[in-house]
Amino acid sequence: MAGYMVRRVLQMFLLLFLLSIVVFFLFNLLPGDPARLTCGKACTPAIIEANRHRLGLDEPPLTQYTKFVSGIFVGRTFSADSPQPIVCDAPCLGYSFNRHEQVMKLITTAAPVTFWLAIGAFILWIIAGISLGIFAALNHGRWPDRLVMAISLIGYSLPAFFIGLVLIFFVIIKWQMLPFPSYVSPFENPVQFLQTMLLPWIVLATLNTAFYMRLTRNQVLETFSEDYVRTARAKGLPERTVIVHHALRAGLTPIVTAAGMDLAVLLGGAIISENIFSLPGLGALAVSSITDSDLPLITGITLLTASIIIVANLVVDLLYAVVDPRVRLG
Amino acid sequence: MTTTGESLDRPFLSVTDLAVAFPTEDGLVRAVDGVSFSIERGRTLAIVGESGSGKSVTAQAIMGLINRRAASVSGEIWLDGQELVGLPEDEVQALRGSQMAMIFQDPMSSLHPFYRIGDQITEAIRVHRNVGPAAARREAIEMLRRVGIPAVERRVDDYPHQLSGGMRQRVMIAMALINSPALLIADEPTTALDVTVQAQILELISTLKADFGTTVILITHDLGIVADVADEVAVMYGGRIVEVAPTEVLYNRPEMPYTLGLLSSVPRMDRELPERLDPIPGNPPSPINLPIGCVFQPRCNYSDRVADGACSSRRPDLVATAPDHLVRCHLPAQERREISINVLRVLAGGAQ
Repeated sequence: MAGYMVRRVLQMFLLLFLLSIVVFFLFNLLPGDPARLTCGKACTPAIIEANRHRLGLDEPPLTQYTKFVSGIFVGRTFSADSPQPIVCDAPCLGYSFNRHEQVMKLITTAAPVTFWLAIGAFILWIIAGISLGIFAALNHGRWPDRLVMAISLIGYSLPAFFIGLVLIFFVIIKWQMLPFPSYVSPFENPVQFLQTMLLPWIVLATLNTAFYMRLTRNQVLETFSEDYVRTARAKGLPERTVIVHHALRAGLTPIVTAAGMDLAVLLGGAIISENIFSLPGLGALAVSSITDSDLPLITGITLLTASIIIVANLVVDLLYAVVDPRVRLG
Repeated sequence: MTTTGESLDRPFLSVTDLAVAFPTEDGLVRAVDGVSFSIERGRTLAIVGESGSGKSVTAQAIMGLINRRAASVSGEIWLDGQELVGLPEDEVQALRGSQMAMIFQDPMSSLHPFYRIGDQITEAIRVHRNVGPAAARREAIEMLRRVGIPAVERRVDDYPHQLSGGMRQRVMIAMALINSPALLIADEPTTALDVTVQAQILELISTLKADFGTTVILITHDLGIVADVADEVAVMYGGRIVEVAPTEVLYNRPEMPYTLGLLSSVPRMDRELPERLDPIPGNPPSPINLPIGCVFQPRCNYSDRVADGACSSRRPDLVATAPDHLVRCHLPAQERREISINVLRVLAGGAQ
């Protein structure tokens, strides 16, 4: 187990290293001139060249990359030879000249918004999806099952932007049950936080609830026909014990994997929901960084979201070994 | 509930007119139709038949494992003076695992993969008896030792996937016998195992049966393993019993053509076969569209010997050809015996 973990963590770092190369070179060395993007219409070659130097883009690619990586660990200083050097503290993912802010600072400001959005939606869809899925499985083939599956199909077919806009129109504008969304930290103003987050949570949870209802239902139905569930009945266990202790215990385990990865993806930013509800999260930041061609920011966000997924993958694998004794780590 | 007077003259287990039907979209599947048999206490009955002959469904009906929402069960099952078919689910549940227990075909999938084998056995103890965890564990260890698990103290905390198939089936047997059930149903207990392990498991069942005084129903498709274990054999086909006889009678004087076919299909090492194995032609009938007449008629080599085509128009009854020997066949008894003698002679390698 310990050896396995060490190996997996080393693999993870190797993967992150390769990822940093790919991401960095993909965004910074593609055809096209990043320096040209740093100034608007009234651009002179002199300004472009100056900016190129300020950004360090006049240096060889390898030097650029090593500076980028060393910046993550020890920080770096841009345009050190100019009168106003820009200091970027470790861990430095770069500096956004468009926004005149460190990329790390932009990300850490946006990340909590996305974190709360993802966690709230996650809890909602896990509770709703799994309980409705179990309910459907227990009533397999009868009307409650069909009803749940119909709801699931509807949930599947409604795009997030549609549900989001409908909810805004009715709940906020027409019925005025909630104020217009305006994000605050839950520690600052819990009520306004909940009022803001409720609809985004619902929007974000809908699709996943639909998916988890189906997943849970199918998993549980599958385990109901397993031989070991029949054995549990043959032992004379009460039906409740058979279902909870034997069928669900096995049937819900694979959902851990799916849930972990889905949460990780969401932690990288929920682009549509954040934009509809004007939440200043990672998804919204990513979109605006792309429309602004803000290369350092794009690089930083991509690297971060990919890292989240890699770490989540490791956590899920370790967790799976805890819940399923058949998974041997080694 | 029954009166004691009624239960006194009943055999330990008697099944009367058992029928199990599953409604499906294609029609009603009559998996078991009019099955009757009985076993005296401490005896072993083998139920033999091909896949789909209804033998497992019969066993599950006795155990009350047929989902009553998905199937209709009718007839009577008397176990030790108690009628099971009409019994409420919670009362059947109390009997399962204590009065009657079952082991299944595939020990690989019949144990829960997430729980230690010791815990799975203690669970079976504690659901039926008021025993503390430590005492239940001691009992589980003792039973695992009895079924021949080596290094029990260490093995008791193993997960099923850490054991071989034979060991897992031993665990299943330990779990089934832990509450000293009066009836043990073994549903193809050796089918999924290596040949060498098969013999060990059958021997274990025989030994424990003697030790515990258990009545055993052994379900198998393999007539080859029945001879040493069973006192009586019931042959099932198309959801019905087609022949019942004491084991030596069934092997030496079988009368139903289907039984003859089964015997011809047993590969044997101790003799030279005249030509090759002689399988029964065709496939078992679909339980949705059973033939109107004898269910075996479409595959029977001898049905043209019966006058008026009775085999394809009328269901034969299960009738006694000798005491303890019941046969379901339209052929006249004399002709059945002649056919039987001829086939057995060919099988013994006596005729070319």
